[in-house]
Amino acid sequence: MSLIGLTIGQARDRLVRKEFTARELATTYIKAMEAARPLKAYLVETPDRALAAAAQSDARLQKGDGLPLDGIPVAIKDLFCTEGVETTAASKILAGFVPPYESTVTANLWRNGALMLGKVNLDEFAMGSATITSARGPTENPWRRRGDNRPLVPGGSSGGSAAAVAARAALTATGTDTGGSIRQPASFCGIVGLKPTYGRCSRWGIVAFASSLDQAGPMTRDVRDAAIMLQVMAGHDPKDATSAPVPVPNFEAAVGQSIKGMRIGIPKEYRLDGMPKEIEALWQRGIEWVKAAGATTVDISLKMTQYALATYYIIAPAEASSNLARYDGVRFGLRVPGETLEAMYENTRGQGFGAEVRRRVLIGTYVLSAGYYDAYYLKAQKVRALIARDFDEAFKSCDAMLTPTAPSAAFAIGEKMDDPIAMYLNDVFTVPVNLAGLPGISVPAGLSADGLPLGLQVIGKAFDEETVLRVAAVLEDAAKFDAVPAFVAGAA
Amino acid sequence: MALDKATVARIAALARIKVPDAELDALAGDLSKILTWVEQLDAVDVAGVEPMTAVTHARPPLRDDKVTDGGIRDKILANAPETTNGFFVVPKVVE
Repeated sequence: MSLIGLTIGQARDRLVRKEFTARELATTYIKAMEAARPLKAYLVETPDRALAAAAQSDARLQKGDGLPLDGIPVAIKDLFCTEGVETTAASKILAGFVPPYESTVTANLWRNGALMLGKVNLDEFAMGSATITSARGPTENPWRRRGDNRPLVPGGSSGGSAAAVAARAALTATGTDTGGSIRQPASFCGIVGLKPTYGRCSRWGIVAFASSLDQAGPMTRDVRDAAIMLQVMAGHDPKDATSAPVPVPNFEAAVGQSIKGMRIGIPKEYRLDGMPKEIEALWQRGIEWVKAAGATTVDISLKMTQYALATYYIIAPAEASSNLARYDGVRFGLRVPGETLEAMYENTRGQGFGAEVRRRVLIGTYVLSAGYYDAYYLKAQKVRALIARDFDEAFKSCDAMLTPTAPSAAFAIGEKMDDPIAMYLNDVFTVPVNLAGLPGISVPAGLSADGLPLGLQVIGKAFDEETVLRVAAVLEDAAKFDAVPAFVAGAA
Repeated sequence: MALDKATVARIAALARIKVPDAELDALAGDLSKILTWVEQLDAVDVAGVEPMTAVTHARPPLRDDKVTDGGIRDKILANAPETTNGFFVVPKVVE
C-alpha cells in the first residue's frame, strides 16, 4: 500500500518501526497537496515548514523517542491562529493578518510532533454549510455523482478540511463545529468528523464565531484516528475560561471495545417528513448494526427538536454580532478609509464582510437591540434550556444516540444558494447537539443512489467521548465503507 | 416581523456596517424572512424556564489578580493598518 493510503494509526506504527521516514511521508503529502490544487482546499501551503518539522521528527524517531504524532501531516482550518502564517477565517476583513501567537489546539499538535501542511478553506468566519461563503471562493468536493461531472460542495463550514482529507491531500485535518461544521462536511466527503464536548478542547486562539457553541475537533479517515487526534487536541487550558478542568481519558483504548448490553437511543423526532428514503434506510441499517453487536435500541423523545434551528439562528448570530465587533479597521486586517472614525468603521465593515456574515451580524444586532432582546434573544435562551433538558431526560434511558448526520448527500455548487433558510436546514440533526454542548461524531456508513457518501451520527453524554468512539467504531466495522472519491490526489 | 428599509438602515448603523442604498430592499426581504421563520419559537411555552447562558453549570474559575502577560507592544502593533510612535492611528476624533 502506498504511503498515501495509510491511516494515522498505521503511519505512526510504521514510522516507529522505521519502515519509512517522516520526511518521506511529508514529501508524499506535499506532492498530494500540490496535485489537489484543482479542489481549492488549501488557502496557504507551508511545505518548508512541514519538511523542517519532519526533520525534527526523524531525529526523535531515530533515537526511539518519537512523540505521539511524530511525522503526521495535518491540514489546519484557517480559523486557527498559526504564529507567523496568515490566518483569515476566509474573510476579506482579515486579509493579510499574520497572528503573533499560536492557538492552543494547534500548539498541542506541534508539541506532539505533528507537522502543518497548510491552512484550508472554510465558510467565511465558519458561517455556512457548503464552503461557498468563503471570500477566497468555493472548495470542491472530491466526490462526483455517478455519471454527472458537476462540481459538488464539500459541506461546511470545515469544507476545506473535509475535502483535503477525503482527497488524500492531508492525512488528517482540524475542524471547528458551531452547528454541524465538522460532522456535516465529514458526512458529505465520506470521512470521520468528531465534535467533542463543549469545553473539551480549548477555544483560545480560534477566531470566534459563537462562543457558547464553538468547539474544535478532528477530521480523519477512520474512528481510531479521531481518537488519536482528540487525545492530543484536548485538555484544560487556563487561557480559556470555558475549557473544562477534567482529566483526558485514553480515547484510543475505547476504540474496539464491545457495545454489548449498551442502550442506544433512537430519537423519534429525527424522522422528518419528506426525508429522503435512502437516509431513512441508512439509519435503519445502523440500527441493525448496533443490535447485531449486542446493543439494544430504545425509542426516545427529543420533543423540542423542531425548534432547535430557530433557536440556533437567534443565539449564534447574536454571539457573532458581538464577537465580530472587533473587526474595526484599527488593530488588524482591512481598513477602508473614511472622513470620520465612524465612517472608517462603517466602510471597513461594509466592504470587509461578505453577504452571509453581514446578514448574520445584522440579525444578531437586531435580536440584541433594545425592545427586541426579550422577544428574541431571551426567548431563545429559554428554549435552549428546554432542548438541553430533553437530552438530559433522554440520557436517563440510553447511553448514546444514533441518528443520520445530515438530511441529504452533497449538493452541487450553485444549488440552495438563493434561500438562506434552505441552507440552514442542512444542520437540522447536528445543531441540537451544539445547543446542549454534547459530543457527536459522523461516520461514513454508505452511499446514496447516485454514489455519494452518507454519514451516521452518534451523540453521547457530556465528556463521554469514549462511548461515542466505541459505538462509532462498531458502525465503521459493520459499514465497511471503502468507496473512494472521483478525485484522489496523485492518483492520475 | 417584516423589517422596512428604514429599520434595516438603523440596524446597519448600530452594527457599524455601511450598506449601499441599492441593497437595502433585498436585505430587508432576507432579514424579514429569517425573523419570520425564527418566530416559530412563539409557540413554545417557556413559563418558569431559566435562560441557558452557558453549557456548563460550573462557576468559571478565577485566577490570581496578577499581571501574566505584557511587554509585547510591537507584536500587538504588527498587524495594524496604521501606527505611529508605538500607537494605533485612527481618523481625528476631537476637534
